[in-house]
Amino acid sequence: MKRFVLAAVAAVVMSTAAYADTIKVGVVGPFSGPFALQGKNFKAGIDAYMAINGNKVGDNTVEVIYRDLPAADPAQSKALAQELVVKEKVQYLAGFYFTPDAMAVTPILKQANTPLVIMNAATSAIVTKSPLVVRTSFTTWQTSTPIAKVAHDAGVSKVISVVSDYGPGVDAENAFKAAFEKEGGQVVEAIRMPLSTNDFSPIMQRIKDSGAQGVFAFLPSGPTTLGFVKAYNENGLKAAGIKFFAPGDLTQESDLPALGDAALGIQTTFHYAVSHDSPENKAFVEAAAKAIGSKAELSFPAVGAYDGMNVIYKMIEATGGKQDAAKAVEAVKGLTWVSPRGPVSIDPESRHITQNIYLREVTKADDGTYYNKEVQTFEKQGDPGLAAAK
Amino acid sequence: MQTVFSIAVDALAYGMVLFVISIGLSVTMGLMRVVNLAHGAFAMIGGYIASYAGRDLGLGYGVAVIAAVVGTVIIAIPVERFLYRRIYGAPELTQVLMTIGITFCIIGIANYVFGPTLKTIPLPSGLQGSADLGFRTIPVHRLFAILCGLAVAGGLWYAIERTSFGVKLRASVDNAAMAAALGVRTEIIYALSFAVAVGLAAFGGVVGAELLPVEPYYALRYMVTFLVVVSVGGAGSIPGALIACLVLGGIDTTGRYLMPEFGEFFFYLAVIAIICIFPRGLAGRTK
Repeated sequence: MKRFVLAAVAAVVMSTAAYADTIKVGVVGPFSGPFALQGKNFKAGIDAYMAINGNKVGDNTVEVIYRDLPAADPAQSKALAQELVVKEKVQYLAGFYFTPDAMAVTPILKQANTPLVIMNAATSAIVTKSPLVVRTSFTTWQTSTPIAKVAHDAGVSKVISVVSDYGPGVDAENAFKAAFEKEGGQVVEAIRMPLSTNDFSPIMQRIKDSGAQGVFAFLPSGPTTLGFVKAYNENGLKAAGIKFFAPGDLTQESDLPALGDAALGIQTTFHYAVSHDSPENKAFVEAAAKAIGSKAELSFPAVGAYDGMNVIYKMIEATGGKQDAAKAVEAVKGLTWVSPRGPVSIDPESRHITQNIYLREVTKADDGTYYNKEVQTFEKQGDPGLAAAK
Repeated sequence: MQTVFSIAVDALAYGMVLFVISIGLSVTMGLMRVVNLAHGAFAMIGGYIASYAGRDLGLGYGVAVIAAVVGTVIIAIPVERFLYRRIYGAPELTQVLMTIGITFCIIGIANYVFGPTLKTIPLPSGLQGSADLGFRTIPVHRLFAILCGLAVAGGLWYAIERTSFGVKLRASVDNAAMAAALGVRTEIIYALSFAVAVGLAAFGGVVGAELLPVEPYYALRYMVTFLVVVSVGGAGSIPGALIACLVLGGIDTTGRYLMPEFGEFFFYLAVIAIICIFPRGLAGRTK
């Protein structure tokens, strides 16, 4: 009898241990330094998801552990991921703002038995590096392709492309060129500017001299964007009727107050606008604004993080809290849900998110603030970048 | 031909903005012999104050500029009294470590107080828009920056070369002990010139904000550019800094127009060439 009681107690203790674990999720992102705002957005998206959906999946409690990686640094990224796996025993890795950081982590996933949910890094090839990678953000190819159709529909046939000279810039240049030539247009010149450019007047002069009817531009969001858009206005390109086309990185919401009137009327294509009109987005913006402190600082990485958490919750549900990376990833292939950005799904083949891309125009609201107004929807866009790489 | 004129105008405008922002550093490094890596941080403080005054308080541009200069100087006075005074005459490495530390502190504080987003300084309607030069248009605020640069250059040259303050300053720099023995209160002279340098930094930060937008990492992002201007021009020389800015602005602008894919190759190639030929800068004084 005594033995039976002991066994029963032991069984109860062990079963609770198995079914009420704390599941740790390690998030790596830029939480300090020049890109701290993007890291803050990761955290806001994650906090918003956990505020709305609770921190429990079944009986398991989800705990998020953050690691700071201020700038792109692949070696440090790998070290942080290893530390999270070995010391903190995380079951899931997530976050990653820059492509090289995400790339550096892919080789350890199999041995660590952890899926990697990418919440931002936007180069197409990352998902091919390991079958355990799932991405809930976007790729530069995905957001830059529809704008070519927009340009063509606007009656523009000659475009000059101007991009910052680094990975995503080159991606954007190629994506636009491929899509625009398919529409029958012509890219008359392709300029790559150094990342550190701060005076854009000479570039604007070159755009003018090229005789193009429109300019396709890609720059990383932040100070350079401000200078570029201002130079576009002040050097008379806008007045001369040269049209401006770009993916939405250039008009991210947190930069709009600084851009102000200079940005009015600029059309960009992107996967998410804070102004998106849906009940899901309303709830998301409210929760995320609360988490970040001010709605004005909210930007696209937050929604990538929010949906990333959704995918991780589904993975935990499917595996019952046990560490099984392959099963977890298998469970979310083809997963469909309504995100704050609209209807989305995980493509079973590429494990990248299929989503609507919106054409937006910078508009002034009645209260004097600026926002990206969605004017056209390109439904269910996959990632054309992977196909192009083959 | 039109292209040449057009590049020349851009080069002049860019060079003058560089000059307004960098000249304060030339004063601290050349006249006070302090390698002040926190120069950009003071320019950034000026930008933040002007942005706060103009955007949040709704004050006019002129008031915002004055508030920025005065406010930054007021912030800088205790910094000079308690921190900088310890490193006058210290080895350069000590100065670099101290001032880079100050820079990081200011970045942290700015990030905490104002947040990580970009800040703009609202321009009055007179400075917005573009002016037509006949063969091309140029933003009006660039013209304003050119005028500011000329005014600063003229004013500083006069103050240092022609006034009694300038005489005392040059005396204190060349031989502090002898100047003090002759009755020059070197501490006050140093404090005053530090205030002038910081005021110029703030002024440059505000006037140049259209080109170099104000954000927490401003202080580090443009530091190399400031240092290059000072070392090419020759520390402490106003004509030297002016020539350096125009030459570097010209090379950078031309390179960016003709061969943008080379990046800043030509800019730094020119810097290397000039430093090889003039190790003390274009107008550097021998020690």
